[in-house]
Amino acid sequence: MTMPYYVAPEQVMKDRAEYAQKGIARGRSLVATVYEGGIAIVADNPSRSLHKIGEIYDRIAFAGVGKYNEFDQLRVSGIRHADTKGYAYSREDVEARSLANLYAQYLGQVFTHEMKPLEVEILVAELGDARRPPQLYHVAYEGTITDEDRFAVLGGETEAIAHRLDEQWTEGWGLPEALRAAVTALAGPERTLRAADLEAAVLSEGNGRRAFHRLSDEELDALLA
Amino acid sequence: MSLPFFPTTEDPGPDFAGLLRRLRLPAQPVVPAGTAPVGGFRHGTTVVALRFADGVVMAGDRRATEGHLIAHRAMEKVFPADRYSAVAIAGAAGPAVEMVRLFQTQLEHYEKVEGIVLSLEGKANQLGQMVREHLPMAMQGLAVVPLFAGYDLARGTGRIFTYDVTGGHYEETEYNATGSGGRDARTTVKLGYRDGLGRDEAVELAIQSLYEAADEDSATGGPDLVRGIYPLVATVTAEGFATVPEADVGARFATLIERRRTEGHQP
Repeated sequence: MTMPYYVAPEQVMKDRAEYAQKGIARGRSLVATVYEGGIAIVADNPSRSLHKIGEIYDRIAFAGVGKYNEFDQLRVSGIRHADTKGYAYSREDVEARSLANLYAQYLGQVFTHEMKPLEVEILVAELGDARRPPQLYHVAYEGTITDEDRFAVLGGETEAIAHRLDEQWTEGWGLPEALRAAVTALAGPERTLRAADLEAAVLSEGNGRRAFHRLSDEELDALLA
Repeated sequence: MSLPFFPTTEDPGPDFAGLLRRLRLPAQPVVPAGTAPVGGFRHGTTVVALRFADGVVMAGDRRATEGHLIAHRAMEKVFPADRYSAVAIAGAAGPAVEMVRLFQTQLEHYEKVEGIVLSLEGKANQLGQMVREHLPMAMQGLAVVPLFAGYDLARGTGRIFTYDVTGGHYEETEYNATGSGGRDARTTVKLGYRDGLGRDEAVELAIQSLYEAADEDSATGGPDLVRGIYPLVATVTAEGFATVPEADVGARFATLIERRRTEGHQP
């Protein structure tokens, strides 16, 4: 009879966390920030068809970094959850907090019970209304959930990017300033990012019921100019 | 509720009705064979759609009946299906409104999951499948007959689709109407229709057709001047779905009625 090697639980968790972190750090980063009347999300993503940012519901957007197939599965699952909930109850009963909690539960479950943790970090953003302020829920690969009310940074090099963005962040800034700051923070001192290197979307009060809008290269260029 | 995940072989993809089935939330009620609905249920009546130069106009009266009674005076029968299409319903009101809700969710669900909008043809097909699934209930007297119209962005034109209870759908080249007053509405549009109507003329014709339908059919509601309830009129063009403001519709009815009064009414 063969005896399995004993591995301390601390070691197992540490190994898994390292594995997930490595996977996430390999990918490019993403920034979301609140501005007057909306939320802007910008990702360092040259692809025009494999999106990192997506629409979940009327006032809720999703963004993910890390392994594409893994966060895309989470995105689709979020849409399914939101649409069935809105269909069974009412559109106003769909909110980001409960969805973010479900994501956190799922990621935590996979992290502790499955062979391999998901190599993703995700963001659930919700536009504010009369009852609640805009909210950015940041869910990490092991299920840790944090809520931000100014900005969120996902992916590799988060500390440096967050630091750069924090220096520029102003309460109640407009979309063009917010986008410019987000892009500069993403690029860092050595690079310049143009619209073609980026994927950007907004949740905006001005868009009617479905607040989500993906910015085209032309729109983004005009806003960054 | 937990996050819905499926094994890859059972994944419903972008199909929302399929998702509901897998989650065991039946989208449509099942009536046992050989039974008929008990008591009264609400019925929605006349809806009309016609093409014009920039797209389509769709209109519907506001009355719901229950047998010979008026059950509701302000029912809405014309709905946006998504940004570039509209759906109007006639028939059993309960299942009809439910079908519209499912259809709207289905279109948006597809768009979000897939990241692209269904083609107009694809949308019309989807609605046809929903009507077909409803056939057992139609056989028991709860028929739903929708009218679908939209702006085809690929072709740059407005298109209209009509349905029968079996889910068969047919593209109309000019106009059509359905519901109990549909025949009168259709005849009215027929007399005033020509290719390339302007928006105002098309709206006017839709309003006239509902007026005539209400004049002949007891289940179709005319303009309710006392309560200020008027038929719902909407347009779908390259700019998307838009409702004609109620004040505008009201003013057009006032003019129409005034003209009828001064010119004398045909028998």
